[in-house]
Amino acid sequence: MASIKSLEDLKRLREEALEKRKVKSASGQAQVIVAMGTCGIAAGARDAMKAILDTIESESLTGIVVTQTGCIGLCEREPIVQVVIGDQPKITYGKVTPEVARRIMNEHVVKGNIVQDHVIPV
Amino acid sequence: MRELALHLLDIAENSVAANAQNITISVNEDIQADRLQMSVIDDGRGMDEATVARVIDPFFTSRTTRKVGLGLPFLKQAAESCNGDMQIHSTPGKGTQVKVEFQRSNIDRMPLGDLASTFLSLLIANPEINWDFNYVVAGREFKFESSPVIQALAGVSLTEPSILTYLRELIEAGVADVLLDASPEKSNSTKSVRR
Repeated sequence: MASIKSLEDLKRLREEALEKRKVKSASGQAQVIVAMGTCGIAAGARDAMKAILDTIESESLTGIVVTQTGCIGLCEREPIVQVVIGDQPKITYGKVTPEVARRIMNEHVVKGNIVQDHVIPV
Repeated sequence: MRELALHLLDIAENSVAANAQNITISVNEDIQADRLQMSVIDDGRGMDEATVARVIDPFFTSRTTRKVGLGLPFLKQAAESCNGDMQIHSTPGKGTQVKVEFQRSNIDRMPLGDLASTFLSLLIANPEINWDFNYVVAGREFKFESSPVIQALAGVSLTEPSILTYLRELIEAGVADVLLDASPEKSNSTKSVRR
């Protein structure tokens, strides 16, 4: 019973997040999509997801939407992660290990540089 | 798959794909009865009897991107090899219940694995769904419902770093807390100390 967190704590964190958002103007929202079909999950999609969320926490990345999709028919290239920044075209990455997921976050999502060696041409 | 928690993630994805609004995931480790039960209950579009009969066939899938569906057949096989079974009940328009049971101590039972990561992944990627996560070990219970959290956030994203930390720590601590004091080894050692 030690670490019970209350909804009041959550509401306070919400207020703080809103304050920070006012300071940082969103420069084109980033959307990160993890493929979570059976093929993706078996290949390590949850580890990729965890690495993405860990990077958001450790680098304090705000304004990133993390969502999921099912099997997109490229099972042999799983785990697959897609990134959409602002109105730029969607980039699809394959063989996304946790290490690759962290690179995608730090290089593509933060700096806008596509991680070329893991792009799947679609 | 190497973890029961990954199977749960996979089965819950079926519920997401079936457009469920409410999904309840429960894991119950009954140490006395030596059973491990897991269930995923949704209010998605459901299936008719003929479809339910076919979903355990690896060469059936509702997906159009490939021709095999291995999620449920894999889990059924895993359960049956551990003195357990899988049951699927579904009603078109009402929803689906997948219940699976293992002999907990069976040497072939795969580990439960990282249940907290499975819960967190489902919650973060699908915030529009009302999630109800339950984990019980020998009567000690962790319960997480997503709707009060979503209401308290009032439009602020789950992926804001501080919110994400809050949710991850809440779920990780909840799962770990249930495991604490639950192992029979621990209660045995308490007895031996007394003696």
